[in-house]
Amino acid sequence: MEHGDPSLRSSSESAANRLVEVTCTVNGTARSLRVDPRATLLDTLRERLELTGTKKGCDRGQCGACTVHVDGRRVLSCLTMVATLDGREVTTIEGLAEGDRLHPVQRAFIDQDGFQCGFCTSGQIMSAVALLREGHASTDGEIREAMSGNICRCGAYPNIVEAVKQARS
Amino acid sequence: MRAFDFAVPHDIDDALGLARDESAFLAGGTTLVDLMKLEVVSPEQVIDINRLPLHGIRPEPDGLRVGALERMEDVARHPAVAGPYPVIAQALLASASPQLRNMASIGGNLLQRTRCGYFRDVATPCNKRSPGTGCPAQHGDNRGHAILGTSASCAATHPSDLAVALVALEASVRLRGADGERTMPLADFYLPPGDTPHVENRLRPGELITEVIVPPLPWAGRSRYVKVRDRQSYEFALASAAVAVDLHDGEVRDARVAVGGVGTVPWRLPAVEDALRAGRSHEEAAALAAAGARPLAGNAFKVTLVQRAILRALTELAGPR
Ligand SMILES: Cc1cc2nc3c(=O)[nH]c(=O)nc-3n(C[C@H](O)[C@H](O)[C@H](O)COP(=O)(O)OP(=O)(O)OC[C@H]3O[C@@H](n4cnc5c(N)ncnc54)[C@H](O)[C@@H]3O)c2cc1C
Ligand code: SF4
Ligand code: FES
Ligand code: FES
Repeated sequence: MEHGDPSLRSSSESAANRLVEVTCTVNGTARSLRVDPRATLLDTLRERLELTGTKKGCDRGQCGACTVHVDGRRVLSCLTMVATLDGREVTTIEGLAEGDRLHPVQRAFIDQDGFQCGFCTSGQIMSAVALLREGHASTDGEIREAMSGNICRCGAYPNIVEAVKQARS
Repeated sequence: MRAFDFAVPHDIDDALGLARDESAFLAGGTTLVDLMKLEVVSPEQVIDINRLPLHGIRPEPDGLRVGALERMEDVARHPAVAGPYPVIAQALLASASPQLRNMASIGGNLLQRTRCGYFRDVATPCNKRSPGTGCPAQHGDNRGHAILGTSASCAATHPSDLAVALVALEASVRLRGADGERTMPLADFYLPPGDTPHVENRLRPGELITEVIVPPLPWAGRSRYVKVRDRQSYEFALASAAVAVDLHDGEVRDARVAVGGVGTVPWRLPAVEDALRAGRSHEEAAALAAAGARPLAGNAFKVTLVQRAILRALTELAGPR
């Protein structure tokens, strides 16, 4: 974007003139969007791109339900401004399976009964996929710590740890 | 969230040139976006600084240099940090969650705002958010608040774990504004609330933190961050202790001690360090931690808790004594 453009500096501009152009990749598909700079990645995924697998729990960074990957790293989409994502690569829960073939972590959550209501699950799975790539979790305690940014109101924690262990092996 | 203009400068001078009084720099956004949603802060312009060249984790002769945009998780895992300064790595890994640490920058971490519930709720008065409106925490919910460095105007803690470790290690911050660069000890950067709790540090409007510098301390390899909180992870400190010791034949010759979760700013404890240097027992030294503390109705437990956090760090580093 052209930050030298004086129209972007004037606070009296109408909302339309404040829109920002962003081109990023979402689950492997290039997307060009004109976005209100206030838009979070979470709202954009759910409301504009119709990718509702990513959930909104707290909208304040306190629960992890909205976890997605940006450039392969797990982040919270509720605190990420889409306007900052030009050129970045976003992966959501919808981007994990290959056709009908579930990702091994998705498979493991089903096999190990790693959820009850399921509201936190897409965030848990996105976190677990990243955790396995990061490679800092070998003991059960380390898995719990590495998954601690994902709150589960139903308390499915023991089975979530089992799911991570199954996916790891 | 209020509307704002958005800019993405690619070099530092452009960023400094764009900044005006009502601007906010955006790094990881984990404090800023949160507070903008709550309308606790409503900048007219947001300057995304993530494309600026403020990266790098490099050991140099005058100390470890960490670029302001390095992310908490990357700094914690870096061998130039985790080996020579375990207290920094531990403070970082005890902070927030992996997702937040992947986003959050070192510069932003030092500038995060208090978690005081009144500060975060625009429906209540708060001297820090709206100067002159009062401080409901003095006689309200103050369990999480500070016992050291407080005033009648504000008792909010500075919530950063990293800052506590950095103050113990006598780190400095490098700042750059439109009229040049300056460097100052992090301990001088933060300001206790006094009558002006809305002024939290010496950063000038439009000024950037560019770098953190941690001076060499050969014995910092023996250092530890102990954090006590309401749950085991993903929670701010009720009390924490950053401790490094210079140990010879089991005796503490020198020490660095700073505490968090209890001060309005990251709190260095020279009296505790002196006592350790003078050969006093760990318990006697730790007992000096809360000298001058002014607990509020809900947080007197922190007086004992902070002493025990120090004691535990000392015991883990030097054995019981
Ligand atoms: C649920 C939750 C739990 C948390 N738990 C902890 C915890 O246990 N311990 C802990 O220490 N922290 C914790 N945090 C706080 C977190 O560490 C901070 O929000 C984060 O470090 C801020 O960094 P950022 O890059 O996201 O900053 P931003 O939100 O981008 O910026 C924060 C402020 O700093 C300014 N700024 C950023 N970078 C610069 C710069 N280089 N120069 C000048 N100004 C700059 C911004 O304008 C803004 O005012 C938690 C946060 C959340 C949401
Ligand atoms: S303690 Fe400080 S931040 Fe909290 S209400 Fe009082 S003035 Fe505001
Ligand atoms: S919705 Fe993002 S952390 Fe809760
Ligand atoms: S399965 Fe219900 S919140 Fe986790």
